[in-house]
Amino acid sequence: MLDLSFIWAGLIAFAVLAYVVLDGFDLGVGILFPFFEDQHERNVMTNSVAPVWDGNETWLVLGGGGLMAVFPLAYATVLPALYVPLILMLLGLIFRGVAFEFRFRTKRWRPVWDWGFALGSITASFTQGVALGALVQGIKIADRQYAGGWWDWLTPFSVLTGVAVVVGYALLGATWLNLKTAGPLQAKARRMAIYAGVGTLGLIGAVSIWTPFLDPVYFTRWFQWPSAYFSAVVPLALAICAFGLWHGLTTGKHLQPFLSALGLFVLSFVGLGISFYPYIVPGALTIKEAAAPDASLGFLLVGALVLVPIILIYTGYAYWVFRGKVDSNEGYH
Amino acid sequence: MSFGQTAELLARVQFAFTVSFHFIFPAFSIGLASYLAVLNALWLWKRDPAYLKLFDYWKTVFAIVFGMGVVSGIVMSYQFGTNWARFSDKAGPVIGPLMGYEVLTAFFLEAGFLGIALFGRRRVGDGLHMFAVAMVAAGTLISATWIIAANSWMQTPAGFTTNAAGQFVPSDWWAIIFNPSFPYRLVHTVLAAFLTTAFAVGAVGAFHLLRDNANRQARVMFSMAMWMAALVTPIQIIAGDQHGLNTLEHQPQKIAAIEGHYETTPTTPLILIGIPDDKAEVTRFALEIPRLGGLVLAHDLNASVKGLKDFPPDQRPPAFLPFWTFRIMVGLGVLMFITGLWSLWARYRKTLYTSKWLHRAAMLMGPSGFVAVLAGWYTTEVGRQPFTVYGLLRTSDSLSNIDAQAVGASLVAFIVVYFVVFGAGVFYILRTVSKTPEGEQPELTEGPTRAAGITPAQQIAEGSGNA
Repeated sequence: MLDLSFIWAGLIAFAVLAYVVLDGFDLGVGILFPFFEDQHERNVMTNSVAPVWDGNETWLVLGGGGLMAVFPLAYATVLPALYVPLILMLLGLIFRGVAFEFRFRTKRWRPVWDWGFALGSITASFTQGVALGALVQGIKIADRQYAGGWWDWLTPFSVLTGVAVVVGYALLGATWLNLKTAGPLQAKARRMAIYAGVGTLGLIGAVSIWTPFLDPVYFTRWFQWPSAYFSAVVPLALAICAFGLWHGLTTGKHLQPFLSALGLFVLSFVGLGISFYPYIVPGALTIKEAAAPDASLGFLLVGALVLVPIILIYTGYAYWVFRGKVDSNEGYH
Repeated sequence: MSFGQTAELLARVQFAFTVSFHFIFPAFSIGLASYLAVLNALWLWKRDPAYLKLFDYWKTVFAIVFGMGVVSGIVMSYQFGTNWARFSDKAGPVIGPLMGYEVLTAFFLEAGFLGIALFGRRRVGDGLHMFAVAMVAAGTLISATWIIAANSWMQTPAGFTTNAAGQFVPSDWWAIIFNPSFPYRLVHTVLAAFLTTAFAVGAVGAFHLLRDNANRQARVMFSMAMWMAALVTPIQIIAGDQHGLNTLEHQPQKIAAIEGHYETTPTTPLILIGIPDDKAEVTRFALEIPRLGGLVLAHDLNASVKGLKDFPPDQRPPAFLPFWTFRIMVGLGVLMFITGLWSLWARYRKTLYTSKWLHRAAMLMGPSGFVAVLAGWYTTEVGRQPFTVYGLLRTSDSLSNIDAQAVGASLVAFIVVYFVVFGAGVFYILRTVSKTPEGEQPELTEGPTRAAGITPAQQIAEGSGNA
């Protein structure tokens, strides 16, 4: 019999992955903002994500709220451990989120909200990467509470993962712009995607090599059954995605680079999943230890199983309504 | 940056600050979403362009308010974990799933249909567009239902047992959701959101009527707002009274604090104003009417209502804040009621659109809903102290293992960012509503246009101002 807590671990992982790839590309558009100085190009960039960013960010709320519901002990220990990066992330998301509306409501202050959009996106991305790194390197828990210090999260490794996420999101953003725009803007996005792609692959390699040195258990997990099968496949799959990215960008494909970049994220994410399992907080809390009582897990699971597919359908519909290239001749005066 | 305060006090101030800012936006967007749905339905039904113009006018405001509500709401969903970890660990199994359902049934619904509702009319056609607008409105109401269920459970917990780890374990979800104070609080809160919107819309209508009382859009919005004020305020007063009876039954300490009653007396006076002093256990300078308190609180002139001294000192809420915030809320309710009656009289005399004094009063009442909502919120939340889960989990046992420096520094950061960002947002809203609601401009030319692949023929039809 499959345990409810493991189903929920899978669902929370899905919510986090959905958040990373979806908000990843619109945060990526924000990260690339400073490289595009033309006002018209910037309008096209924000408009390419304006209809969907709110829905994308909702997956972060599901990840947070869902974690509180089904793994309250993990929620109650991880969030205090990541206090500083999470507060900075929230502040970054505030600036990023309001900039969508505010930058169209003022002329004089538009540069301020443009910078808010860019710096907010960069801050949110970097701190998400830092939070991931801090989680991988482990946090101290005693008596159902976080037992470490306020700066434990800050290490060279977590800074590296922070940079990796910024570069990775930039890749998602650049390939998204390649998909949604045309002309000089698209050509520039494509060049940026190549730089970001090289950077992303290098950083995935660096993090992968560093991780086993944090804790040898990460090494053994990759070479035990059944994950060893995956370990054998992952370098191949990564190579295919990398080739797809390079090939798509150099031959002027529109959708292929974006899908390849998504593939890189999914593979990295599954790799992290293997490293974590069966822990939800590495080395400190297993999935079962952190799980809420079955009465909580079951109640929310009924809703999730019915509602998540419906959500995916109408979210997909919203993407479909706003499909195709952003019209670059729309009037902004 | 701990300012010599404890982490607990700083965390409470931070929660109060962030939730106060957050609550203002949904209080407006709940009512505004329904208002937009009504306007759009009226446009489709009667094909009177005034409704379409008003829809386009208010949707811009809605977009700004909704955006600020989203970003300030995300802060709330993480603050439970960062600052109130022990509360999250213990109460998470009960209120976590309620918030999970809020995300699944409401947040995704709103986010999924918002883009279409605001900017997709031409792209999906009238029918689907109306559906999207209705879904956004429904989403705001569903969201209110779940979060009020969670909040009410903290006030009047039910349907649970506890386990060895000290966690609340759900035993009856029906009892958890429909806990004793939930129906009253939900009705009272949603009506408050509708009234907040009505008075905000009414003030904007009044402002434009004062400038040009022939403006059709201004007339329509003012008339609609004043109907709401006249009809909903009396209902809200009844709902508030019923909510009060419910509170007396389940949270007698809170009522004692609200009323400034320290002593239990054979009959209960109504203290109109005074200064409750918890240290001396007396309400100073009290101006009171004998026996009226019994009538108001228990609907019985001879009723004796318990005073704070009947409860152990460590189970009493502080009285000063609930006492005054309650009076502010009720006072504004009375003014709303008078405004509603005045509008009915003006309507009867056919001076609704020409009575400058009514318009000035309506403008003055514009912020009344926001103030009343916040005042009511403080009354009920401060009245729940010193507990987070009433009678069961103390606020001091809810806190994270947290450093006062960290909470203080983040508090300062939130205050600075919120005042800058939301101050700018309020400014943009005011500037938007100060423009005359002519609605001649194509759909939001100066807005974050929602892009899409559309055929050239459509493009030509939509013109350069496609949105």
